[in-house]
Amino acid sequence: MLYVAIATRAFRRYSTYTLATLAGIFTNCIFGIISCFVFMEVWQQRPDAGGYDLTDALTYVWVGQAMLMTVAMFGGGSPDDLAARIRSGDVVIDFYRPVGLLGWYLAADLGRATYHLLTRGLGPALVGALLFDLRSPPGPWGWVAFLVAVVLAVLVSFALRMLVAITSFWLFDESGPRTVLVVMNSFFTGLTVPLVLFPGALRELAMALPWAAMLQVPADIWLGQRTGAEVWSGLGFGAAWALGLMIACLTMLRLAERRVVVQGG
Amino acid sequence: MVDRTQVVDGWSGYWRIAGMWIRASMTYRVSFWLLTASAFVIGALDFIGIWILFHTIDSMGGFTLREVGFLYGATGLGLAFADMFVGRIERLGQMIRMGDLDTMMVRPVPLLAQVCSNEFALRRLSRILLCVLVLAWASAYVEWSPLRVLVAVGMVVGGAAIYCSIFIVLACIQFWTADGVEFANAFTYGGNTITQYPLAIFPGEVLKALTFVVPLAFVNWYPALFILGRDDPFSMPEWFSFLTLLIGALMLWITTLVWRFGVRHYRSTGS
Repeated sequence: MLYVAIATRAFRRYSTYTLATLAGIFTNCIFGIISCFVFMEVWQQRPDAGGYDLTDALTYVWVGQAMLMTVAMFGGGSPDDLAARIRSGDVVIDFYRPVGLLGWYLAADLGRATYHLLTRGLGPALVGALLFDLRSPPGPWGWVAFLVAVVLAVLVSFALRMLVAITSFWLFDESGPRTVLVVMNSFFTGLTVPLVLFPGALRELAMALPWAAMLQVPADIWLGQRTGAEVWSGLGFGAAWALGLMIACLTMLRLAERRVVVQGG
Repeated sequence: MVDRTQVVDGWSGYWRIAGMWIRASMTYRVSFWLLTASAFVIGALDFIGIWILFHTIDSMGGFTLREVGFLYGATGLGLAFADMFVGRIERLGQMIRMGDLDTMMVRPVPLLAQVCSNEFALRRLSRILLCVLVLAWASAYVEWSPLRVLVAVGMVVGGAAIYCSIFIVLACIQFWTADGVEFANAFTYGGNTITQYPLAIFPGEVLKALTFVVPLAFVNWYPALFILGRDDPFSMPEWFSFLTLLIGALMLWITTLVWRFGVRHYRSTGS
């Protein structure tokens, strides 16, 4: 119940800035439209590039724009708050709380992700569907599988951002690692170029990294590129990375907790 | 129109503040180099993305990878310059909220110079370096003539001026509402993304908008058509290729008017 309360507060916190949300949706749409024209040029010349047809490619663009803020590809969300609290020392209060630190911040980030999915996700997707001929998920189970994939995507993205924030315990300034994460996010999720277009070994590598779970896997489920057992393996892939990265977060938090010194006074 | 001493004051004040921020950033050397290197890699991956697309196709809108590289480098350079010198203005809303702008107003340095040099980040040089490298690589295959060199110089200088203007004009919205920051991104970074590609792949309306509404097509498209010796697929007047510098100057003049209008209408948060 407590976690629901944290998530709702985070949701409300973001929903205060209506104009910012609208401006963001506008920006998402502009970038989506640009990508669509680029992809039209690519798929007109190679109608089966990456195993996609043109409709798949255009749909991919808008799934990407919808996921961009939901999984916070450019950083942000509750891990940023944690990083600031580590710098200021307020983090000791978080350690005092009778609630796990990871669960607390995860609940807050899920609240943020829900808000972003409903606004920055749904908004551009609707605009995209109005402007272009797009594909919808294959049947009700496709929708369910897609939504599960989105949750897993948020979990993976949260754990990665959290790991970066936790480095503040040692580095004091996490902006270096954070920029590295944004680099990886913008390239290995396949936001600008779908991973299916990557050549040979680079594609194999990208498909095995956790970033694939943030966009490529949910998009392939949406497009019906993954069916039957492939849906399950895709979801399993995301779940495995989410679990592994969360365990890494917990381990690092335990190490960090031992380092924290509370100054009396 | 623009007072001469004010320009001189602004220039020297700008560099004094910028220098301070550069010295400050050098205190955390590891962080500085990590940020600089990663900004370079972000930019490089951006271009590698285009390279991957060319792995699938041979030409885009009739343009080869090298020609797209020329467009990419030219528009990227303009944006990188503008981002380094005036990009911080996108935090105007924050400066207003925190009351920093009020403090700046009583200091003996022109306000615009202070706002733009605030938190000056030398690490943005890496983006400039990357675009110079891409542009140099693409330029090696251009048949240069004195006139083409002249157009290229005008393209870089004028392009930077156009981007600077767009940054400042859109930041002025924040005098009225601080929530519009992302709206500006659609024009600056969005404009950069769209001009990375040959405009031939977009509908004619897009080109018209980028010519007559937000003149981003002058940042690289028109001068590049002349430098690369290509026919305009939209058959716009040929002399458009020579206008970049002029349009940059015109935009800067409009910018000073908008900025003054914004400052005159500024009301402190009072806190």
